[in-house]
Amino acid sequence: MKMIAKEELSLKERMARMKVVEGSYAVAHAVKCCSPDVISAYPITPQTHIVEHLSQFVADGELDSEFLTVDSEFSAMSSLVGASAAGARCYSSTTSQGLALMWEVLYNASGMRLPIVMTVANRALSAPLNIWNDQQDSVGARDSGWIQLYAEDVQEAADAIPQAYKIAEDPEILTPVMVCMDGFILTHVYEPVELLSQEEVDRFLPPYRPKHILDPENPKTFGAFADPSYFTELRYMQWDAHRRALKKIEAVAVEFAEQFGRWYGGLIDTYHAEDAEVMIVTMGSVIGTIKDCIDDMRSEGLKVGLVKIRSYRPFPTEALRKALKDAEVIAVIEKDVTVGNEGALLTDLKAALYNTPTRIPVIGFPAGLGGRDITIRDIRRVVDKAIAARDRGIEAEMEFLSLREDLL
Amino acid sequence: MEKFLAPGHRACAGCSMPTVINLVLDAAGPNTIVATPTGCIEVTTTPYPESAWRVPWIHSLFENAAAVASGIEAALKHFGKNHNVFVIAGDGSTLDIGMGCISGMFDRGHNVKYVCYDNEAYMNTGVQRSSSTPPCTSTTTTPSGKISFGNPRPKKDMPAIAVAHRVPYVATASVAYPVDLRRKVKRAISIPGPAYIQVNAPCITGWSFEAGTTVEIARLAVETCLWPLYEYVNGELVGVKKIHVKRPVEDYLKAQGRYRHLFRMKGGEEMIRVLQQMADDNARKFGLLYEGDLTCTSEE
Repeated sequence: MKMIAKEELSLKERMARMKVVEGSYAVAHAVKCCSPDVISAYPITPQTHIVEHLSQFVADGELDSEFLTVDSEFSAMSSLVGASAAGARCYSSTTSQGLALMWEVLYNASGMRLPIVMTVANRALSAPLNIWNDQQDSVGARDSGWIQLYAEDVQEAADAIPQAYKIAEDPEILTPVMVCMDGFILTHVYEPVELLSQEEVDRFLPPYRPKHILDPENPKTFGAFADPSYFTELRYMQWDAHRRALKKIEAVAVEFAEQFGRWYGGLIDTYHAEDAEVMIVTMGSVIGTIKDCIDDMRSEGLKVGLVKIRSYRPFPTEALRKALKDAEVIAVIEKDVTVGNEGALLTDLKAALYNTPTRIPVIGFPAGLGGRDITIRDIRRVVDKAIAARDRGIEAEMEFLSLREDLL
Repeated sequence: MEKFLAPGHRACAGCSMPTVINLVLDAAGPNTIVATPTGCIEVTTTPYPESAWRVPWIHSLFENAAAVASGIEAALKHFGKNHNVFVIAGDGSTLDIGMGCISGMFDRGHNVKYVCYDNEAYMNTGVQRSSSTPPCTSTTTTPSGKISFGNPRPKKDMPAIAVAHRVPYVATASVAYPVDLRRKVKRAISIPGPAYIQVNAPCITGWSFEAGTTVEIARLAVETCLWPLYEYVNGELVGVKKIHVKRPVEDYLKAQGRYRHLFRMKGGEEMIRVLQQMADDNARKFGLLYEGDLTCTSEE
């Protein structure tokens, strides 16, 4: 699905708007255009550049925000809980151990229905200590009640910020959103990016007008405790908001495409999926490599397609069922592993297909853990294994991709 | 006195905490937002869908009230709104688990007034030791026993930690001295930046004393010099509450179940002497007694 911009710009005009910037800068710039009232941040690699750029915007008077240099990621998210309850549009970003340190507050922010937006610069969790990219951190936070959007490239990571606010702050949703982008691969890369303009974002994103805030004129109680007679219903309402978010995420993506002329998919996107026999399902920056590889394989006559997960939470069950119903075999590539079971996305995907007539082999590959490159050769190996699973049956339901046997 | 905490909350009969809250909020007035960590306050005042709070109130987690208040204050500042922001928290969340967030809040200089009602243990979970528990106190995790006089460690000096953060206003107070407490809250509000007030707040179940004697027990803590009342402005000790008649620590200890073992165990007298020494040191350090009056006087 390709959306055409209403206000279509010529290629020349678009090229003129392009700037080669660091991924973190593009994201910080997008955040600036959303005019957050309070930003709270703690340095952690590879997220740091985002908040450094933001603090420079504040220091230069380009962004009128309260910038809190907090004592930890735990305080970062806690302070945003307070600021958001006081009616502020809030932003933070983090990664890895920082996200883990926020874990308790993540549940609190979503349970209190505070529409905070945060970038997660995806990175592996220790031990062993590793600063490089995989998605174990945000995938581990999948049940925290936050909406999770995953970006394929820098432009998408930046463009997801105003969309995230629009989704989070919708009175029918009121749920925090995590925009996940692969650490280093996207945060530290310099790419040509069309930077958002303030006027455009102002047109797209209305000011945040919360109904319920901490106000002495109209005192309200936030964060009461709920006994067993109430707790389930409050959780249900959160769950239901995610269900509503399925439509909202798609609608906001369409709206964004109509105004800005850029489309990344709604809940999911597809590439050469229409007639694909082998379907790869994944999320994040590895999609670029896979698309290149698919182009090559297609020219060799191999019918390979891709489903990109853009919204991991809420999980796009219906969209996936529709996109995958005619495939002959599915291979999931994901940068996480549930130790003791399999890849989280693999489990989620199999569960989505179970109660449908689709009965095809589904195999999974944890890959790119701790920042290891995922190469064209790796993708080809996945496709070979998928074809083998289709033709000769599943040998291994899950397999670590390109495992170095010499180290074991 | 205006009661910003409505009657009908679920705190124990004889609990000093609701009194502390009402005194603090009476002094602060209705233009106030309160953040509270998890603890007795939260569970006794906000069983959903009810709330005893007549000012805006927020509870997030056990260890983050100072950070939550920081965010509230930052948002208010951004919007140009002028409300008092208070944290009212127990000693466990303040001296132990919340220490990092509090240190950060002090360090960033938020205009947040932090009131710790100090009942000297984790009362909400059933009287376990906190780092605010005084030595020789029997708690469920530092019980007195055949070879133990209870908590072996001194009380963490949180006001000194606040002073070390260059918090402009730091004070101790007591539920037994309401005029003093109210005055200190007003003074804290009048000085921009963070403030820290630690209020001695007896817990009827944790300290195990006779119902109806809460204020009396709190007054004994002050009169024995175990709980000195003082205030620091910009790091300088500017005021202490002088004691007319200094009582021996036994008067305070005897009235509470948590020290009963000291009067029954062999060697208990020695422990009481240690506690008396602490009280005497406080008297000297803060100049709690009138000139020439360093002698202990027992009522008995």
